[in-house]
Amino acid sequence: MATGTLVDVVMPQMGVSVSEGTITRWAKNVGETIEADETIVEISTDKVDTEVPAPATGVVKELLAGEGETVPVNTRIAVIDTGGGGESDGEPEPATTGSDPNVAAEAPQAAEAPPAETPAAAPAQPAPANGNGQGSGEGRTFVSPVVARMVAEHNLDINAITGTGAGGRVTKKDVQAFIDSGGQAAATAPAAEQAEVHDVPHFAPPPEPETPAPAPAAEPSPAAAAPAPAQPQPATPAIVEGEPGPGEELYRFNTVRKVIARHMRHSLETAAQVTTVIEVDMTGVVNLRRKWKPIYSERHGVNLTYVPFVARATMDAIGRWPWVNAEIRGESALIKRYVNLGMAVAIDDAKGLMVPVIHHAEELNLVGLSRAVIDLADKARTKTLSNDEMSGGTFTITNPGVFGALIGTPIIPEGQVAILDVEAIVKRPVVVTDRHGNDAIAIRHMMFLCLSYDHRLVDGAYAAQFMAQLKQNLESWGEDAYGL
Amino acid sequence: MATKTYLQAISDGLREEMRRDSRVFLIGEDIGVYGGAFKVTQGFLQEFGEDRVIDSPLSETAIVGSCTGAALMGMRPVCEMQFSDFVSCAFDHLVTVAAKQHYRVGTPVPIVVRLPSGGGFSGGPFHSQNPEGFFAHCPGLKLVCPATPADAKGLLVQAIRDPNPVLFFEHKHLYRRIKGEVPDGEHTVEFGKARVHREGTDLSVITYGAMVYTAEEAATAVADKDGTSVEIIDLRTVTPWDKQAVLDSVAKTSKVLVLHEDTHTSGFGAEIAATIAEEAFENLDAPVARLTAPDTPVPFSPPLEKAFLPQVEDVVAAIDRLSAY
Repeated sequence: MATGTLVDVVMPQMGVSVSEGTITRWAKNVGETIEADETIVEISTDKVDTEVPAPATGVVKELLAGEGETVPVNTRIAVIDTGGGGESDGEPEPATTGSDPNVAAEAPQAAEAPPAETPAAAPAQPAPANGNGQGSGEGRTFVSPVVARMVAEHNLDINAITGTGAGGRVTKKDVQAFIDSGGQAAATAPAAEQAEVHDVPHFAPPPEPETPAPAPAAEPSPAAAAPAPAQPQPATPAIVEGEPGPGEELYRFNTVRKVIARHMRHSLETAAQVTTVIEVDMTGVVNLRRKWKPIYSERHGVNLTYVPFVARATMDAIGRWPWVNAEIRGESALIKRYVNLGMAVAIDDAKGLMVPVIHHAEELNLVGLSRAVIDLADKARTKTLSNDEMSGGTFTITNPGVFGALIGTPIIPEGQVAILDVEAIVKRPVVVTDRHGNDAIAIRHMMFLCLSYDHRLVDGAYAAQFMAQLKQNLESWGEDAYGL
Repeated sequence: MATKTYLQAISDGLREEMRRDSRVFLIGEDIGVYGGAFKVTQGFLQEFGEDRVIDSPLSETAIVGSCTGAALMGMRPVCEMQFSDFVSCAFDHLVTVAAKQHYRVGTPVPIVVRLPSGGGFSGGPFHSQNPEGFFAHCPGLKLVCPATPADAKGLLVQAIRDPNPVLFFEHKHLYRRIKGEVPDGEHTVEFGKARVHREGTDLSVITYGAMVYTAEEAATAVADKDGTSVEIIDLRTVTPWDKQAVLDSVAKTSKVLVLHEDTHTSGFGAEIAATIAEEAFENLDAPVARLTAPDTPVPFSPPLEKAFLPQVEDVVAAIDRLSAY
């Protein structure tokens, strides 16, 4: 038969922690010929964007995932027919080589060739991730050595034990929980469930090790004990996502986006948000920064930016006006004497946002704040923040000013009552008054600061005075203040 | 007890042994006048003089060769490879001479080779490796990989007093990042005794060196996420290694992740995994998993190096896979 071997193209694993990838662009269409190692598809994952080389020379037979679609690692995304190319005209029925081996098996004349296909195609797939041991698929799942030993030692019927491992496998914890809950006595009830389990899903074991049973096993809670039966994963919500029309592109929310969406909406629904704007003359700070920047670089190895100046001045203003650093709990508020300062950081080409937290920022001087800001921004962009570094914020600073923004009304992070928006420093003509009372127009470095705050706790007069203090701190910053 | 950096602890251990035992001397590249590439031996020349703190030519062969000779004559040399990667130049002297001398003629070779090792600094392929795997294969050498400041001091003193050639892998990424309580004065840590870095019940991570901290962050993350209880075993020494501590942990948890920064194939993790399979098969509830660097040179480019070195999220993913098994 002219049935070339079918070779699968799978979503590669681009790093140990990467579990899925998105098809960015197909480089070949169905029917086009392709050389081994020629790019067949461009993909995007959490870690890298890359091109995937074709595993074999042949003709692209099927593309199984659309552009923009995200699929788990090791999912078949295309099929290459390595023999289909030239000689297919001689044998007009290569249809039997299609993706459905059952059809092929029924055609008696095809008996010699097609069975060879399945094993031939299999090695082209990367070895299944180790740890994925449920694949025996004979209606019985794998029994691990320790489970076999425990079952034998306690003389148990393994079929009476509900499995919570991959593909319904009985784990050591399941056996232990079974023994702890009284062994035989508990045997009857789970056995009934178990019968269902064996009837349905084991003949069609889910191929991905990530999806099946939930991880936390030992808990005898109903949720953990009974997830196995017939329809194990109703998880995908039936929300209709519009299909893109001409000139449109579908963007599916990633995890970060989903979290942002939820938090932003919830904050606006909860807080009585209002924004106050104040203008600050940053000329003094601009000059100090110009002077100190090389010293900081040499002595401390940090790049001195404006954000630490604003952060430091904010710490001192909060010291005088602490209600902006608080958390509302029902009809009371926790006023905090420490400041865990959230720093909004744009990630993923400004398509995502993270807010790492500098704990006890009120204790840091300009050097310490500079270092913390750089360190956390770096970790946010490389996605290496620890849980601690992303939680516990009490006040937040965001800095769209780096992009030239002039005024904004940021949304207050949940659990906080204020967020300070640092805007662009621009030269403006302003009226200055000298010590003799003469007015003149001068060119000064000016900046707006915008504070969004929760009016449930903080009133306009309080916020304005906090802002005035902040303005004064920044405008009076001397050589000796928070220096080296 | 005082809180010290990992680097200070090594420096203190060296200094105290030199004060205690006049046979101990140092030799290496730039360790005297310059105080060492990482300043471990800063001030040593001033205190102990040129006879005991020797700046050598740029020849690892000569350094280890002269140490072996001095050791045969009754001295206790401690040499420094500026970067552990350079030890390959001294491979013959270590593997063929020092490691086999006692077997051949009965004379001990008490030398210590200090090896600043490990990546994470964009040092590229020549300044970032973890070459313990090569030497773990050679009988006659002892290999030490401390993770904590206290162990760095205690194991270094123990290494100097050990009658065998000892390779002391000090991880560069721990030097100034890690601080901990270090006993003042005389402090030794026995070889071949692992340390339970964190107790747990659901699965075991077997590791050593800088990866102890990667494992710790991952263990905290999964504990916060879903309550998974991870036990971390810090081997402390690779040769000899504490097989019993590993087997005991496996008997308790039944799921194991072997983690190291060295590359995959024939890395020491393979030995640990094979031993578990041989001696703890009936205690296993999942295949033994390994997480290591891939089989490539260490990349210079920061993002590539990050992809190369096992990261916290990689360990979390490996733990999640084991948990879900």
